[in-house]
This record gives sequence, structure tokens and C-alpha cells, in this order.
Amino acid sequence: MTSIVDDIAQGELALKRRLTAHWETPHNWLGWLSTVDHKALGRRYIYTAFVFFLLGGVEAAIMRVQLARPDNHLLTPETYNQLMTMHGVTMMFLFVQPVLSGFSFYLTPLMIGARELAFPRLNAFSYYVFLLAGVFMYASFFVGQAPDAGWFNYTPLASVKYDAGFNIDFYCLGLIYLGIATTVGAANSIVTILKLRAPGMSIDRMPLFMWSSLTISAAVIFSMPPLTAALGFLELERRWHFVFFDPTRGGNPMLWQHLFWVFGHPWVYIVFLPATGMLSMIIPTFCRRPMVGHAFMALATVATGLIGFGVWVHHMFATGLPQLSLSFFGAASMTVSIPSAVTIFGWVATMWYGRVVFATPMLFALAFIVQFVIGGISGVMTAAVPFDWQVTDTYFIVAHIHYVLAGGTLFGVMAGIYYWAPKMFGFLLDERLGKASFWLMFIGFNVAFFPMHITGLMGMPRRVYTYSQASGFASMNMLSTIGVYILAVGLLLTLVNLVRSRAAGVAAGDNPWGAGTLEWLTTSPPEHFNFAHIPIVKSREPLWDGGFTPGPAFDDARLTPRTSALDAMLERPVEMPIDSVWSVAMPVTLLLAFGALLVHSYAWSAIGIAASLFCMARWMWPSSATVLETEV
Amino acid sequence: MSSAALDLHAPHPATDLKEEVGWWGMVIFLLNEGALFASLITSYFYLGLENRSWPPAGTPKPELALPLVMTVALLSSSGTCLFAERSHQRGRRARYRAATLVTMLLGLVFLSIQAWEYHDALRYGGPTTHAYQSIFFTITGLHGAHVAFGVLFLGWALLREWRGTAISSHSLAIKNASTYWHFVDGVWLAILTSLYLSPRWY
Repeated sequence: MTSIVDDIAQGELALKRRLTAHWETPHNWLGWLSTVDHKALGRRYIYTAFVFFLLGGVEAAIMRVQLARPDNHLLTPETYNQLMTMHGVTMMFLFVQPVLSGFSFYLTPLMIGARELAFPRLNAFSYYVFLLAGVFMYASFFVGQAPDAGWFNYTPLASVKYDAGFNIDFYCLGLIYLGIATTVGAANSIVTILKLRAPGMSIDRMPLFMWSSLTISAAVIFSMPPLTAALGFLELERRWHFVFFDPTRGGNPMLWQHLFWVFGHPWVYIVFLPATGMLSMIIPTFCRRPMVGHAFMALATVATGLIGFGVWVHHMFATGLPQLSLSFFGAASMTVSIPSAVTIFGWVATMWYGRVVFATPMLFALAFIVQFVIGGISGVMTAAVPFDWQVTDTYFIVAHIHYVLAGGTLFGVMAGIYYWAPKMFGFLLDERLGKASFWLMFIGFNVAFFPMHITGLMGMPRRVYTYSQASGFASMNMLSTIGVYILAVGLLLTLVNLVRSRAAGVAAGDNPWGAGTLEWLTTSPPEHFNFAHIPIVKSREPLWDGGFTPGPAFDDARLTPRTSALDAMLERPVEMPIDSVWSVAMPVTLLLAFGALLVHSYAWSAIGIAASLFCMARWMWPSSATVLETEV
Repeated sequence: MSSAALDLHAPHPATDLKEEVGWWGMVIFLLNEGALFASLITSYFYLGLENRSWPPAGTPKPELALPLVMTVALLSSSGTCLFAERSHQRGRRARYRAATLVTMLLGLVFLSIQAWEYHDALRYGGPTTHAYQSIFFTITGLHGAHVAFGVLFLGWALLREWRGTAISSHSLAIKNASTYWHFVDGVWLAILTSLYLSPRWY
């Protein structure tokens, strides 16, 4: 009898050895550099984004010291403008979006029962483009000419007439370059989610985090091009004296604003919806029941993504557009509150009907809800045109955006870290330190940003490097500065928690929270091949109701199953590519192309483009293994 | 959902190409590219509406003769491209190669005429003269770059076919390259309509 059990165990071990041989990255520096493992790259995305978060946080901390007292001259106006702009650019483009992408690239295959993303080499490529684009933009500090016209970089302030240095060129070229990473990453997510779901995971059984990833990836595909066009126009105008924004020769500065916000408003949802998706994974787990209104939550996510494309003018209410257009966009902006309310009520109802466990991830999720509701209300307020005229370009807007993106997205990311870190690293995080970190962050955040509503209503304009004693803004600003430092200490405690918990090394086990979705079926951390047997899925929370069976092993090669887009019927296993030097060389050649443009070295730029084309041709060239497989 | 019925090495019919992840990736890439050209053409009309005369006084409406020749070259290249793809599917390799070379040649003809047309257009001012010229040269120039990339893409797929032996390993490359080519052709029709024809309607 025992021999049969032994035989099965032996068989499983042999299977895992075969799969490891197919999926493992070579253990050398080249393997480390050019790995295509979505788990390694996802973690790298998250680490790199947090380094940029640290830089953006330091910029904010310096600005808060400058603003703590009236008539302060710690910073010159020029330096303040650079810090303010790079804080926005960093948080918007180098932190929130990449960190959410990192979670998505790490978790997507695990949540859908796959072994890889659809385009593993593209994933490596996009990581390095993101890293180098961030380094490129930060290099501007070394020449003392960081972007300084705000994160939305309005013309004519950003035109060469008023900003003649390299500052804005770093911004334009850096963001076009970074846009490549964002776009291909989104394409990768869409194809993975639609084509690589485990057999049986029909679209209605897909986890809600996948719905938000899918929605925002589609939004990226359609919203990046207007930004690319705007950045291209501005660079052509600055460098080669083309005319797009200069009204003396037929241009129009409003063209920048339209193009920027046609991109910018969807972008706000792109950096927000994935966090709501995370919450929709976390809340059911800690309420011990499935999400209430799962289908409505999914539809609300898609609806928010769609509405995001029709509201851009609410960023431009004070620019003198026709009244009719303002009314239309004001009304459209208010409709966003409908899907948002569906989402909030879905979470609240899940808690209402469940038994809430107040673990650290759940605390962050609750703070997200509270802060997002406050940010949502100030959003609906500013959707009313007359109110917006009153508060536009004041600290009220600063408060609003931080309540949504820091109080929302950042707290969502924190919840995500506490929730998925045991899966990623294999050890449990300390709950006491976690809760201490949470309370400091929660108090610090609200002490820092709530007073900004008031300073804004009192009339303090945003983006000023100082203010007078007579203005009466001093005490509220001091409060904000104190809050930011409490927030920073809270964040630091999480870092301490990670280091100490790693040293303590309390094993997490496969499913420490007793969650219901597929990522918790794998070991912690997951093995190279994620799943030894591809699960065949029969329900939304397969780990709760036994809604899955271990399926085929597909161990003949580096294989993962491809299924139909809607009902996830198995089509065939597809062979996934191994790592390639070309997909990690191309980010470098592209950097050469963009960097050479910056310093007017057009010959080198042409060489960079030619080298990039060559890398692309080699990267997509079939490896001998692929040819053999298909020739048989 | 039985895995036993799977035959890993079964030849995949041409219809299966539409389920390949590489094809899905291509479609998404083209949607992205389409959005880019849509942004540019919208900017053209936006600037046009914000100006009193468009093209500006002193600049004539663009000539139609050369662009129409370019259109003929590009449309027929889509035809030869389609013929090449069909020939490939039927295993007529020599025909595929010849038709692909003709397609690439027609692309180069298009680019040569575009250079000639630029030479004419420049008489009324280069891209730094007025927003009209700036957006005109930006859109047509970017499209020209796409044609050039399309020629390289077709050539790359041709090279793969030349060097490879199995049909299945390069048929997706051929399908993607020709789809890209048809896309670039379609974008040209949008540009022809908005930049060359529409000024004659108002």
C-alpha cells in the first residue's frame, strides 16, 4: 500500500524536476540580467518603483520643510519648481503606475493559473525601459536642469521662449521613452488575461484584480498616443522650431491642454483602478465570504475606465471654453460617481454580510475606502463648474489628488504588500509592526492632507514656493509638514517590518490568509513553473468551494496552456520563449537614440534607432528550439 | 476538457493563427498606432478650426496629382501583399517571394514620390513656417516612417521564410507583416482624405 503512495510522490518529484529544468533561469549574471521570469521581473518592478517612491518622497519632504514656515528661503523658487515637478512626475509615472504594473506582472499568471505572461521577453524589455527612463529623467538633476513646469507641463511656460534649458527636453524625451514600456506592458497584460487563463476560468470567473488590469491596460493602449503626440509636438517646437502651440504662427497653446488631459484623465484611473482591484481581492478574504455583486463590481470597473475618456475638460474649466462644453463635461464628470459608488457599496456590503478580520491588509483597505470617499466627494465638488472656478489651482486640488492617489492608491498598494508579501517571499510579516505602521500612516496622511482642503479654500495657490505671514496660511502648513513626517515614519516602519520579518523567517505556508483564488494554490514563494498541474477551474473562488481539479502537467517543454478568450476552452499548450540578450539590449539602444537627441547628436540617435531595429529583428527571430518544435 | 485529446505536434491550420498570442499582440499594437494617427489628425483639424484660414493665406491647397499616384502605388501594393500571403498559404513559395518583393518595391516607389512631393510643397514654406506646415509634415513624415518600417517588416518576414523550412514557424510573421502593411495603407487613406481632400470641401 505505502509503495503506491511512494510511487505517486516519486512521480510528482520527477515531474517537478522536469518542469524546473524547463523553466529555471540560468544561474549566472547573464541569466540574472536577461531573465524573463514574470515573478523576478514583477518583484524588480516593485523594488525599482519603491526606489523612485523614496526619491519622490524625499522631494516632498524637502518641499514641506520649505513650506512649514512663511517667508522661508531654504529653497530658491527655481529649485522648488524642479522639486515640485519631479515629485509629480515621479509619483505619477515612476511610482504608482509601475508599482501596480509590478503587482500585475507578478500576480496575473498566478491568479489565472498560467506559467508565464504572454510575452515574457517583452516583459523584460519593458522593465529595463522603465528603469532606464527613470534614470534618464533623474539624470537631469546632475546637470541642475530637472523638468520645472509642473507634471502637466503647460505651454507656453514649457516652450523654449520661457524655459530654454534642457529641463523640458528631459521631460518630453523621457516620457516618450517611458511610454514605450507602459504601452507594451499593457499589451502584454491584455493578451495574457484574455488568452492564457487556465481551462475553465471563463471570463465571469476571473478575479476582480484581473478585471481592473484588463480595463486599465485597454485604457493605456488608447490614452498613451495623445500624450506621445503632445510630447512629440512640444519637442519638435522646442528643438526644430516647428509650430504647434505658438499662436503668432497659427499654433494654439490649448492644443497641449486638450491632448495632455485626453491622456491625463484616463491616466488618473489607470493609476487608481488596479488598487480598487486589489481591494476587491483583499476584502472578501478578510470578510470570509465572496464579493457581494461580483459582476457589478467588474462592470463598474469597466464603466469607470470608459467614462475616463469623456471627462478630460474638467481639468480645463477655467480656460474660457464655451459654457455648453463646460456643462457637458461637468455632468459627465459627475457620472463617474455612479460606478465608484457601486464599487464602494460592494465593499461595504461584503463587510456587512461577512465576518471582518482586522488584519493589517484589511486595515489599509478600510483606510483606502474612507480616504477615497473623501477624495471622491471633493472630486464631485470640483465637477461643479462654479465651485471649480473658485478652487482651481489652489491647495484644495492638491488635497483632492492626494486623497485619491495617496489615500487611495498608496494605501491600496500597502494593503497589497501586506497581503501578497507572504506569497512573494515565503515569510509572514509581523502584525504588531504592521499595525503600528498602519496607524502612523493613517494619522500622518490625514494630518498632512486634510488641512490642505482648508488652506485651499482660504485661497492658497498651489505651486508657490513660499507665502507671507499675513496670509494666515502658516499654522495649517506647519500641520501639513508635521503630518508628512509622521507618514514617513509609518512607511519606514513597514521597511523595518520587512527586514525583521525576513530575519525571523516565520514560514507563511501556501495560503496563510485562507484566501480563495488560485495564486494561493502555489507554494510560497511559487516555484519556477508556478503550477505543476495546470488547474482546471470550475468556480470563482476555487480554493473555497473545491472548484478546481489538478489538470495536465504539460511537461514536454516550456509550455503553458492557451485558451479561448471568453469561455476559456483549452486550445493547445504553447511554448514560451526563453530569455534573450536582444530584448534587454534594445532598451539600451533606445536610450542611446533618446539620449543622443537630447544632446543634439543626431548621428548617434540614428545609430541608436538602427541598433534597436536590429535588436528587434534578432529578438523575434525563432530560436532553434521553436523551429524544431513546429517542424516535427 | 480532456487533455488526452491534445496533439501537441499537430500542424495548425491557418485559422489557428488568429488565436496565436502573437497575432493578438499585433492587433493591440495596431489599435495603439491607430490611436496615435487619430490624435495627430484630430490635432490637424483642431488647429484648422482655430485658424481663420486653413491652409493659411499664401499657402495653396495641396496638389492632388502626386498624392493620387502615391495612393495607386500603395493600394496596389496591398493587392500584391494579399496575393503574397495567399500564395504562401497555398505553399507557392516562389510566388510568395516575388509578390513580396514587388510589394516592398511599391513601398519604396511611394517613398520616392513622397520625397518629390515634399520638394514641391517646400516651395510654400518648410515645417517651421506655420502650424499648417508643421502638422502637415509631421503627419506625412510619420506615415512615411511607417511605410519604411513596413518595408523592413516585410523583408524580415521574407528572410524568415527564405531561411526556414517549416511553414508554420513563419506564417505568423508573414501574417503580421502583411497586416501591418494593410494598416499603413489604411492610414494613408485617412491622411489622403483629411490632409489632401478635405481642404477642397470647405
